Amino acid sequence: MAAPAKRVEQLDRVVIRFAGDSGDGMQLTGDRFTSETAQLGNDISTLPNFPAEIRAPAGTLPGVSSFQVHFADYDILTPGDAPNVLVAMNPAALKANLADLPAGADIIVNTDEFTKRNLAKVGYAVSPLEDGALGDWSVHPVALTSMTVAALADSGLSKKDAERAKNMFALGLLSWMYSRPYASTLRFLERKFAKRPELVAANKAAFQAGWNYGETTESFSVRYEVKPAKMLPGTYRNITGNAALALGLVAAGVRAKLPVFLGAYPITPASDILHELSKHKKFGITTMQAEDEIAAVGAALGASYGGALGVTTTSGPGVALKGETISLAIALELPLVIVDVQRAGPSTGMPTKTEQADLNMALYGRHGEAPLAVIAPKSPSDCFHAAIEAARIALTYRTPVILLSDNYVANGSEPWLLPEVSELPDLQVSFATEPNTEDGRFLPYLRDPETMARPWAVPGTPGLEHRIGGLEKADKTGDISYDPANHDFMVRTRAARIENIPVPDVEVEDPDENARVLVLGWGSTYGPIGAACRALRQRGLPVAQAHLRHLAPLPANLGEVLKAYDKVVIPEMNLGQLAHVVRARYLVDAVPFNQVSGLPFTAATLENMLEDVVKNG
Amino acid sequence: MASPTIPITPVKLTAKDFKSDQEVRWCPGCGDYAILAAVQGFMPELGIPRENIVFVSGIGCSSRFPYYMNTYGMHSIHGRAPAIATGLSASRPDLSVWVVTGDGDALSIGGNHLIHALRRNVNLKILLFNNRIYGLTKGQYSPTSELGKITKSTPVGSNDAPFNPLSLALGAEATFVARTIDSDRKHLQSVLRAAAEHEGSAFVEIYQNCNIFNDGAFELIKDPGTRDEHLIRLEQGEPITFGADNRYSVVHPEGSFGLQVQEGGTPLVHDATVDDPAYAFALSRLSGSDLNTTPIGVFRNVKRPTYDNLVQKQLQDAQAKAKGTQEQMLSDLLNAGDTWTIL
Repeated sequence: MAAPAKRVEQLDRVVIRFAGDSGDGMQLTGDRFTSETAQLGNDISTLPNFPAEIRAPAGTLPGVSSFQVHFADYDILTPGDAPNVLVAMNPAALKANLADLPAGADIIVNTDEFTKRNLAKVGYAVSPLEDGALGDWSVHPVALTSMTVAALADSGLSKKDAERAKNMFALGLLSWMYSRPYASTLRFLERKFAKRPELVAANKAAFQAGWNYGETTESFSVRYEVKPAKMLPGTYRNITGNAALALGLVAAGVRAKLPVFLGAYPITPASDILHELSKHKKFGITTMQAEDEIAAVGAALGASYGGALGVTTTSGPGVALKGETISLAIALELPLVIVDVQRAGPSTGMPTKTEQADLNMALYGRHGEAPLAVIAPKSPSDCFHAAIEAARIALTYRTPVILLSDNYVANGSEPWLLPEVSELPDLQVSFATEPNTEDGRFLPYLRDPETMARPWAVPGTPGLEHRIGGLEKADKTGDISYDPANHDFMVRTRAARIENIPVPDVEVEDPDENARVLVLGWGSTYGPIGAACRALRQRGLPVAQAHLRHLAPLPANLGEVLKAYDKVVIPEMNLGQLAHVVRARYLVDAVPFNQVSGLPFTAATLENMLEDVVKNG
Repeated sequence: MASPTIPITPVKLTAKDFKSDQEVRWCPGCGDYAILAAVQGFMPELGIPRENIVFVSGIGCSSRFPYYMNTYGMHSIHGRAPAIATGLSASRPDLSVWVVTGDGDALSIGGNHLIHALRRNVNLKILLFNNRIYGLTKGQYSPTSELGKITKSTPVGSNDAPFNPLSLALGAEATFVARTIDSDRKHLQSVLRAAAEHEGSAFVEIYQNCNIFNDGAFELIKDPGTRDEHLIRLEQGEPITFGADNRYSVVHPEGSFGLQVQEGGTPLVHDATVDDPAYAFALSRLSGSDLNTTPIGVFRNVKRPTYDNLVQKQLQDAQAKAKGTQEQMLSDLLNAGDTWTIL
């Protein structure tokens, strides 16, 4: 591929959205472009957006799948609000995404798909390429399908198979446009089609044809470069939240020196964690695809009882089903990690769309007084550390912990500064091996004075045979007890056990230390809130940001932090669940700002809202 | 026990060693007492150290059982014992895991877990105390109550056809299926012995009398005056006959899918190891709600890989191929894929 002969422009950031039919391979295309971009050293943030249907009817609006990648020469926090470039593989992809495009953005359209039939499917009477409807944008019509087929004329592939390589043509073109290094993509194709050399050759040829087309056609007069970002030194990889979370669980097992037992039932958007962990048996990780959500958590709890790190991964509907078993784990005081990759509810809701509306369920969604620890990752790579933290709390304090991820961080990706294994927290615990009273008895509910944890006496330990169960326990002995004073004591003890878990103070980001407005967030809203705050500060509008990782227990300094500001704003992708907690607990008149559209906040939305608060109080 | 992964103790234990310090609190006259005594009396035979034995139960009268056994035990939640026990057994091949459940616990609220534990052939010994009634909730009909049963929740008779628990277990691919009776200690222990020797899921239905809410449910096959005319004792390798002077035979009529009881004729010779579950299923169909011809004993006892062994083998195979320490492998895993370095 020859050196570029065209004008090269420097950009500091670009947002590209690849959109097509769900069978067009847009997720793969976006993923490869992201990988190339990572190799170059740009900072990256990505957002896939796809329908729940595996293959919705071809060419229809519900069938549109897209992948957005934001890359820059500085550190970025979100996948970007509005694309600078839209790649639209068919009329549906154009129509579904047009509203998000700012004027002047580039649109690359696959003209081969703009047939009368495809246009009719999405309600275009006349092609928007011909009636001037796209006058606000810079449109690049490209006969992507037919040029791909032509490039593969000698490949021996059928026309239909050749057409399927059109996503690689698009990738080649975009890789040329943004001067991406493509060696990793060629290697990827060799791996992916290792058993089909003809497909390796065809996909590479399609990629090259796309690249060459960019170089030769007059339709593209400018080529762009985005320089590497200044990032902390170290080794990076691009990672999605689900993958990071799975690796965090692997790491937790290694650092605890315990086998990990995952019980899971397939559910969007959590299944990828099950898939990933099923590959890592050499770490002693057992994955059980259970018959249902209840069995999944039951098996995990059974494994915890036997001395493993029991984990179950699911989404909101699954947590609802697991509630009774989680309550049992609270009564048994055994470690258990419950991962909830939140999606839009209620009921089946929108399984592939994001939401933060399971916070109430995580905090309160069980019968009786049933407290547990709740933590939430703030970004894709943070899922790794959050998983380790969840395991640490579960193991140290012998409690179930709910880890509240969501679809946005689970499927989004960003560069991850790889940690040194030796620097990860040491999670080793000791099992009880001996009686714990002076007269040689074993009392299963005699607590460690510091952690309030009861001994973890696993079956197989001689002399410590004991019975536990869901009936109320007598303090210390663990015998069945209906004593009123004992129940009151145990309920308060279980609450205190969680409340007393030490968690780090919440930190406030207020670089100029002059803000009067604090934005408080939790979980995946970290990126958009952070981007909005930065934008405001650049405009001279001071605003402070605090972000919660621990939702239960809350950081000890939170009340003090909240009371130090004139105004506290809490943006959430729910109807104000954290705001409720904060108002009830701290008597702070926090202002909720809520969006439950199934999509993450854009930085611009938050910036506009916060600008009003900062200026007008 | 037939699992080579479970240790054996040289110490001779007695029934007393298996009694916990908890006061037994079933209703006076409950069939559960007899079962508890039979199990405690049988346990020393296993030769397994107490600490390697775990009883897991659900909810219901029967599920109080673990509190009374001086082993490890968990009284869990309604219907979920097979699921919890599956996680325990699959991750701890050194444990002998027993599930104690009832007709409501196993066949109603926990039906799904029961059938899936059986199909996986998890190395669990599942004792289902069937009294055909809900006792702990004070007398509602259960999924094994006979059609038309009048109970607190069905004052004019239930409209639910009952399960045949053995047919259900066989349909769920169970490898070991047996039935016994609470009051026949010798038979109960012989069935427990066979169950314990079986590697994989062993499903044992124990007819158990609830003297408060369903007294006499099994009287026809317990009363010495009637039982011999109705109770069919299955013995491996023996002809299946019963009644005075063995006057009844269980036969397989030509052209029929099922088995029949008839006077005289050539009885079938019982073989629980027949691979085709159709035979054990046909045996299970001999008895209905009326108990008129009720086989007890081991219906089916066949070998199939256990879930536990398959899970452990995959782990061992992967670990045998692994190179380096866990920390090194973890570091390699984190650094896998397309990485880049910033200096």
